Amino acid sequence: MLGFLKRPVVVTADINLNVVALTAVGLLSRLWQLAYPRAVVFDEVYYGQYISFYMKRIFFLDGSGPPFGHMLLALGGYLGGFDGNFLWNRIGAEYSSNVPVWSLRLLPALTGAFSIPMAYQILLELGFSHCAAMGAALLMLIENALITQSRLMLLESVLIFFNLLAVLSYLKFSNSQKHRPFSLSWWFWLMLTGVACSCAVGVKYMGIFTYLLVLAVASVHAWHLIGDQTLSNVCVLCHLLARAAALLVIPTLMYLLFFYVHLILVYRSGPHDQIMSSAFQASLEGGLARITQGQPLEVAYGSQVTLKNVFGKPVPCWLHSHQSTYPMIYENGRGSSHQQQVTCYPFKDVNNWWIVKDPGRHQLVVNNPPRPVRHGDVVQLVHGMTTRFLNTHDVAAPLSPHSQEVSCYVDYNISMPSQNLWRLDIVNRESDTEVWKTILSEVRLVHVNTSAILKLSGAHLPDWGFQQLEVVGEKLSRGYHESMVWNVEEHRYGKSQEQKERELELHSPAQMDVSRNLSFMARFLELQWRMLTAKSDDSEHKYSSSPLDWVTLDTSIAYWLHPRTSAQIHLLGNIVIWASASLAMVVYVLLFFWYLLRRRRSICDIPEDSWLRWVLAGALCAGGWAVNYLPFFMMEKTLFLYHYLPALTFQILLLPVVLQHVSDHLCRSQLLRSLFSALVVAWYSCACHVFNTLRPLTYGDKSLSPSELKALRWKDSWDILIRKH
Amino acid sequence: MLCATSRLLAAGTATAPPAQPRGRGPGARCRRRELHFPGHPELPPGDFLLGRLARPSVPAGRRVTLRRGRMPPAVGGGPAGSELRPRRGRAGIEGAGAVGPDVAAEPAARSPKRPARGSRCIEAAGRWTLLTLVTLLSFATRFHRLDEPRHICWDETHFGKMGSYYINRTFFFDVHPPLGKMLIGLAGYLSGYDGTFLFQKPGDKYEHHNYMGMRGFCAFLGSLLVPFAYLTVLELSKSFPAALLTAALLTFDTGCLTLSQYILLDPILMFFIMAAMLSMVKYNSCANRPFSAPWWFWLSLTGINLAGALGVKFVGLFIILQVGWNTISDLWHLFGDLSLSVVTVGKHLTARILCLIALPLTLYTATYAIHFMVLNKSGPGDGFFSSAFQARLSGNNLHNASIPEHLAYGSVITVKNLRMAIGYLHSHRHLYPEGIGARQQQVTTYLHKDYNNLWIIKKHNTNADPLDPSIPVEFVRHGDIVRLEHKETSRNLHSHYHEAPLTRKHYQVTGYGINGTGDSNDFWRIEVINRKFGNRIKVLRSRIRLIHLVTGCVLGSSGKVLPKWGWEQLEVTCTPYLKETLNSIWNVEDHINPKLPNISLDVLQPTFPEILLESHMVMIRGNNGLKPKDNEFTSKPWHWPINYQGLRFSGINDTDFRVYLLGNPVIWWLNLLSIALYLLLGSVIAVAVQRGTHLPAEVEGLSQVLLQGGGQLLLGWMLHYFPFFLMGRILYFHHYFPAMLFSSMLTGILWDTLLQLCAWSLASSFLARGVYMVGILSLLLGTAYSFYLFHPLAYGMVGPLAQDPGSPMAGLRWLESWDF
Repeated sequence: MLGFLKRPVVVTADINLNVVALTAVGLLSRLWQLAYPRAVVFDEVYYGQYISFYMKRIFFLDGSGPPFGHMLLALGGYLGGFDGNFLWNRIGAEYSSNVPVWSLRLLPALTGAFSIPMAYQILLELGFSHCAAMGAALLMLIENALITQSRLMLLESVLIFFNLLAVLSYLKFSNSQKHRPFSLSWWFWLMLTGVACSCAVGVKYMGIFTYLLVLAVASVHAWHLIGDQTLSNVCVLCHLLARAAALLVIPTLMYLLFFYVHLILVYRSGPHDQIMSSAFQASLEGGLARITQGQPLEVAYGSQVTLKNVFGKPVPCWLHSHQSTYPMIYENGRGSSHQQQVTCYPFKDVNNWWIVKDPGRHQLVVNNPPRPVRHGDVVQLVHGMTTRFLNTHDVAAPLSPHSQEVSCYVDYNISMPSQNLWRLDIVNRESDTEVWKTILSEVRLVHVNTSAILKLSGAHLPDWGFQQLEVVGEKLSRGYHESMVWNVEEHRYGKSQEQKERELELHSPAQMDVSRNLSFMARFLELQWRMLTAKSDDSEHKYSSSPLDWVTLDTSIAYWLHPRTSAQIHLLGNIVIWASASLAMVVYVLLFFWYLLRRRRSICDIPEDSWLRWVLAGALCAGGWAVNYLPFFMMEKTLFLYHYLPALTFQILLLPVVLQHVSDHLCRSQLLRSLFSALVVAWYSCACHVFNTLRPLTYGDKSLSPSELKALRWKDSWDILIRKH
Repeated sequence: MLCATSRLLAAGTATAPPAQPRGRGPGARCRRRELHFPGHPELPPGDFLLGRLARPSVPAGRRVTLRRGRMPPAVGGGPAGSELRPRRGRAGIEGAGAVGPDVAAEPAARSPKRPARGSRCIEAAGRWTLLTLVTLLSFATRFHRLDEPRHICWDETHFGKMGSYYINRTFFFDVHPPLGKMLIGLAGYLSGYDGTFLFQKPGDKYEHHNYMGMRGFCAFLGSLLVPFAYLTVLELSKSFPAALLTAALLTFDTGCLTLSQYILLDPILMFFIMAAMLSMVKYNSCANRPFSAPWWFWLSLTGINLAGALGVKFVGLFIILQVGWNTISDLWHLFGDLSLSVVTVGKHLTARILCLIALPLTLYTATYAIHFMVLNKSGPGDGFFSSAFQARLSGNNLHNASIPEHLAYGSVITVKNLRMAIGYLHSHRHLYPEGIGARQQQVTTYLHKDYNNLWIIKKHNTNADPLDPSIPVEFVRHGDIVRLEHKETSRNLHSHYHEAPLTRKHYQVTGYGINGTGDSNDFWRIEVINRKFGNRIKVLRSRIRLIHLVTGCVLGSSGKVLPKWGWEQLEVTCTPYLKETLNSIWNVEDHINPKLPNISLDVLQPTFPEILLESHMVMIRGNNGLKPKDNEFTSKPWHWPINYQGLRFSGINDTDFRVYLLGNPVIWWLNLLSIALYLLLGSVIAVAVQRGTHLPAEVEGLSQVLLQGGGQLLLGWMLHYFPFFLMGRILYFHHYFPAMLFSSMLTGILWDTLLQLCAWSLASSFLARGVYMVGILSLLLGTAYSFYLFHPLAYGMVGPLAQDPGSPMAGLRWLESWDF
């Protein structure tokens, strides 16, 4: 029982001083003078605003990436006691004293620093020598672009960290697969792989490519496991289930968790509310929730409602009408019905109110008890302020001539009878007798006479329509489109039969009392969907570049310039490393195909185990480069040099792999080998020299003279800023 | 071999087992290829439906593509292997000496004793009868009521018009390569259509114009799809029922039928795709006799069909990818076969490069050569092309033209953007609307020739008329400061610090001033790329930039389409980023100056490769320009396989003759189910094989067909479907039809295999036969019945719409989104 007491407690520490040293220099290079410059540097202006939103708990929507990265940055702000009060509006603006610059930048810097020992570990796990592993780490250490990027409040270094962590933990896992499957460390590394993958995806969508790469390698390994007939079927099944749980289920859950935390953190309404649906807005504190709080849930005959278009593109808007009529003749000579305009208006207005009327009765107030409107009912919609009926007829709409014009019927054109009956079609109904609900129901209004559907065409009307959005009756019901779907946003039961009283009633704010909550999954799905479909600003930027410029480092980004001196931070890579990494890539691919073809003819140049190592290293490093780089060619957003850094990291890992391979297998004699080592050392010192030369632009701590700056402009395309005096 | 390479990834797993002797190795492969059964000699006539079940049994261990029957060995007592013979073409000439020794050595290989020769004749006759039947039925369905409706349907308005352009030899521009339209034009020409019909809009009556030639041609090609699919599946599975099922699926699909009946590119495209697939499969089965005549025939036919597919639409690229993949894996096998010398492998490689790369490229280029040769008159497509190109077209103002060579002050010019398909610098009397920059005259680019494209080049500091004979001619030189005055409105090209209408951070470009008097914002420095200062500027050949003097920005076109207020012309901006892109480089095209001597433009004639490259650039840009708008319902790729919504070919109201392109839902949903079943079954078999399970001989053979033949078809389906998810352009339902062909073939193979597996698992052979027969027959009859139900969609219907409960079609509106 108490046997453990009989033995002494022994701790055997096995410390790899290489790792310790690498971590130390990594921390030094990334943390040195971290709070300098005390000013907004480049994209900090972008991420900073979201940090402020988190600090103030205000809801926002950022289409550029999932919330985990933003939350990590905000964590820095939280630990530093940031209150969110800073106006992020201009690059170069001085931080006020309440901004904890150091702690905001700490997290990216730490991840950047830890990437260095991780590079070392990855090469070791891939089965390469300590020398090669040290080489990889030292190259990461002196890569200027990586340093610049990780010393600022930016997300690339965090992404790189999680990418490397995913690869490293997968390698650890697959190496322990041989000896100790289902051991504690085996589980640990397997789970960590899944967690790291999901964190990478959570920081930026780009992370999904590394995740897919790890998944691909894992499935190839799993396929071999299936083919391993020494294992029993049950054992294979357990292996597969464990992998599926760790690499598929855990990342999904983690991803959901990020959004869960995000939605808990940002619960107040804010400037981005308008993009979201009414139901989502109502779930936030303040904003629409304050207005809709206490509204009756079920729309009844006599209800006064505002109808919001669900699609909300180009802008969210409400069904609207006003006194003005359509012009008799349009600019292009076509005629109109000359009836009252019906539009979609992006602002709250008293003219957005409509009254739901039963065609069979005359009254415009709600009975007691209220008679709810159900799916399939035929209703009339009366415009509150003008008491005219929503109408459509076979007249071409002003801007979309293939669709019908929608108007509020004016009774002076005898030749045109009113056609103002609409059938209610609740799109998201669960039963066919469902009641029309405020906010929750998404409805289509189908015109009874012509089967046309009330639709927001998205076009802006000309001056006569006050630049409001055109609403049409879509004749061809070409399936489901969100622009045909509307929901009730504000709602109250109408009480006044007299027009004058009713106008007063319409002007007064609505209030009553019901609270409703959207489930987390519904909120998550909506938020994710809106994030993915949010139109990114595709304007070109002074420092934007194309993926082809990256490999050769034909572009650079000026991050920050000292307000008085010419001290500046400039995103520039260590060009020796970039060039040799690309070269290593080419050498790798050529050698790989050479060996592959020779092996196919049963000529084995290198031993089997080193061939397997060579292939695995290539699959992870060259593959990591490819999956993190090539997709950019298909993206239509504005791209910058820093998008290349994750790919570059993998390329740097490949460099020592190729060097060691050349030295081990291609240098036949000892003399050649020594010569090669000498060359490598010379080349590395050259890279160090370049690092040192570019250091002032990386840290921005030293003001160089114009002539020195000019001398640094090694490529014409580098826009190094030179002050004119 | 895929396993072999991917296994290499297993660096860590030292326990990875050595390569198992699976049927993939070179040795096994060679043997497999020798054993092909063109027919089923032991079958009594009329028993084709059971072809597979009554095969001679061959012992396990022989990895062959043939399936074995459930016939017990005792039944067959004939000479061993008498029915096993190496393949000799389709007819299968048998010789006793040709019996493979390894086959003959198998004592257990028995076959039922049957009168060999007679049955073979009958069997061959039966095979041809079946093929003829399938073909006839296909032709009958496609040509039935081909002349209805007697008006333009849907895209006939485009492709019929383009056919007419070929007959009239007028130059036009289209986003698709020319072959399909050329063939339509040829068909029209041969059938006596004179190209005079205008093809203005859908619904226009053809009246006396002869349109049947063109429709008949498309229907002819469309009808051939069915026999092609039949033969392909037969070749892949060696099973008549599978082939018949495929043929029935395609014959009875209303979608394929509708698409084949009109003047469209799709039947032509699908014809080439299927023909390429068929010849590739045929060529694969000739692999045991490389460099023989049929081998060369099918290989080069594959190449020709690839050229055809790509020549009709760019989506022909997908079948090229499929053939390419097949070729690479084939070469990889050959390369790994150590019994072949490297020289032989080199020969194989050369043959494929010749037939699959060089031949198609030559043919593809040839279609363009013919295209440019035939279309030698100026037409609606001129403005899309560069100035030099237009000089080739008779009727164009640049044809045989002679204009002054050097630009001089006072010249009237047009300025064209160097980027393809951007057009001429243009202005018109309309102003920019309120709220969009300054309310001054719009400046745009416009693709068509127009008086509003004319500008007068003037000195910046004097307004004297340079055409005054008393003033000597002064040439414009590189670096000069000039003013461009719009000839029609006398306003100057102008820019200022207002944001451009669409592109952020660019400046707005307007027309400003009255009668040529403006301000200093009208001054532009004219620069020639890569020339020295002070040089003259050559018309057409000099690449110029216009730099705004005050703001320092460069005149360019963003290529974005302006909204309605800008007449959907393209935006012109002044960009502050001095990057050298084609968007901001221009050339002078027309040049009118009575004071200068003219030179001939013949020197500028572009070479054929230049024209080829240029027309491709224009097409690609055109394709990318077809973007869907917001708030517009567009067809999404995920709609297609579920047959979510069709396309209206003709007619909207209940009085119209309506044709609605919609797949036969029974067939399409069966296809969808089959893909899911295939994936399931395929992965079960693959895992079983990987686990080293010994499959029974019958299942082994079936799984080979399923994995290899089915795999090829699945690849085809994926290649013709998934890329559409990545396309930004506007998509239509009919884009799915090539993929649908592949998925129908897959369905044929899958159900045949499934039923055979079911039959195999039953104990009694009588019951097994019954199950198999009933299964196949019910599938055939089911599709035929569903066609009977849905045929009005394709052959046209008049009367109330289906949403009206009184309509005869009301019961068939299974999805609310179908609006026929």
